[in-house]
Amino acid sequence: MALKIVASQCTVCGACEFECPNAAIKMKRDVYVIDPAKCTECEGHFDAPQCVAVCPVPNTCIAA
Amino acid sequence: MASFVSLDSLSEPTSAAAMREALSSSGCKSSACGSSGNATDMPAELWNRIKDHPCYSEEAHHYFARMHVAVAPACNIQCNYCNRKYDCANESRPGVVSEKLTPDQAFRKVVTVANEVPQLSVLGIAGPGDALFDWRKSKAAFELVAREIPDIKLCISTNGLALPDHVDELADMNVDHVTITINMVDPLIGTKIYPWIFYDHKRYTGLVASQILHERQMLGLEMLAERGILVKVNSVLIPGINDQHLSEVNAAVKARGAFLHNIMPLISDPAHGTHFGLTGQRGPSHSELMAVQEACSGGVNLMRHCRQCRADAVGLLGEDRGQEFTLDQIPEQVAYDPSVRSTYREVVARERQDHVAAKQEATVTLDETDSDARILVAIATRGGGRVNQHFGHAKEFQVYEASAAGVRFIGHRKVDDAYCQGGFGEDATLDSVLHTLDGVDTVLCAKIGDCPQEQLEAAGIAATDAFAFEYIETAISAYYATRYGRPVQAQVA
Repeated sequence: MALKIVASQCTVCGACEFECPNAAIKMKRDVYVIDPAKCTECEGHFDAPQCVAVCPVPNTCIAA
Repeated sequence: MASFVSLDSLSEPTSAAAMREALSSSGCKSSACGSSGNATDMPAELWNRIKDHPCYSEEAHHYFARMHVAVAPACNIQCNYCNRKYDCANESRPGVVSEKLTPDQAFRKVVTVANEVPQLSVLGIAGPGDALFDWRKSKAAFELVAREIPDIKLCISTNGLALPDHVDELADMNVDHVTITINMVDPLIGTKIYPWIFYDHKRYTGLVASQILHERQMLGLEMLAERGILVKVNSVLIPGINDQHLSEVNAAVKARGAFLHNIMPLISDPAHGTHFGLTGQRGPSHSELMAVQEACSGGVNLMRHCRQCRADAVGLLGEDRGQEFTLDQIPEQVAYDPSVRSTYREVVARERQDHVAAKQEATVTLDETDSDARILVAIATRGGGRVNQHFGHAKEFQVYEASAAGVRFIGHRKVDDAYCQGGFGEDATLDSVLHTLDGVDTVLCAKIGDCPQEQLEAAGIAATDAFAFEYIETAISAYYATRYGRPVQAQVA
């Protein structure tokens, strides 16, 4: 159970990086990626995945 | 002709020695030397806080430059006039930037610019993104710069959603100027501008989103005003959505202590991929903007000299030298040299006294004309408050209204392409310049060719270079007096 970032859509704004409660999102080369081992889809933290809620581009943080 | 400080020293990087030379070679009119240099009717303490800020003082924008660093790209709201995926180096509008910087890169860029652009007085963080949502990066950049260049003014722009959380830190860091973008004080209108906000770990849409945003904006504004921080409110004028509403916004922000209100025309182009661009929402015309500004007169003072600059702009408001300072041109190691900026300030202090006296003389000249005529005059200028640009090189005109009551700055008008294309004029371009000058009676410039002069005349616009290099107010009043004044009486006295 994890999410992934569609690299071609990502604007690299970094909002997801600091909203992620699991510190699962990191910059790799020049795009952000979600570490599937750390991602919980925010279960237990929030009602909805924070990266999806804050991302300015629709359909960019999606189910892996 | 008024005494003349070399304008190269005002608009181009130059050595301290060149500026000293300009300073010593400028004569000083006897009438200027006694004046305080404070031309405004505001308290001295307030004037001191804004006199070097090109966005907060119309007078300062002739002399001082700002730079923006894009260190805080994350945003907590979506606006219908913004598309985060679009960027182009040739675009000039808010929120557009070609490269994002880390706080350390921003620090090196600021020091490099401070060493080469003596006019630099303000460092702003103005998007893309929200400087207060992405606060850790904004704060880190400010701290690095303030340590090295303590006299630079720190300035921040925000949508206001995260503002109440950071007001105390802003006050602690001596951030003295904050701009809040407030497009509505009625959440129903907000629903047409903001599709969603991200607040307290949730995405809100619809009326509730605009309600929360509105409440946070008003609270943040009140908290800043309580602490004496100067607040500028930016409003994007969106025809059919908030054009009738902005006078209400003006009154609401005045009641809460805003210092200045900047009404900006919506920039909307399908190519930008914004919601408004794609759905055909148009921006306002010059006259629609002037009508809304008129409806707001008597409220908070209006900023009329905004150029809607890029979020990585560098330089005087009418120019953008950002391309000279891209990351690949910034050295790894930087050392700040304060002498360039301080020498420039001496030059400006001297020039300003002279300019104040010239403005007073201009008012007297106009008063004596005793005419009813009210005309719009477009000025070609490279800065320094003077008529000092070739007509064909002008990328914008500053428009003033002249009447017997005085000279009043109205706004600036951008030219899509300068008329002169390197040695020859373009007729197609002249047409677009004529369109830009719609409603203008007269153009004053440093130089104009016979051909464009005749074509302007055919379009009903007088153009002359007879007042080249004068202060703008001196030139306009002299022109006005020549055209409308009574026959010159006994000048011998």
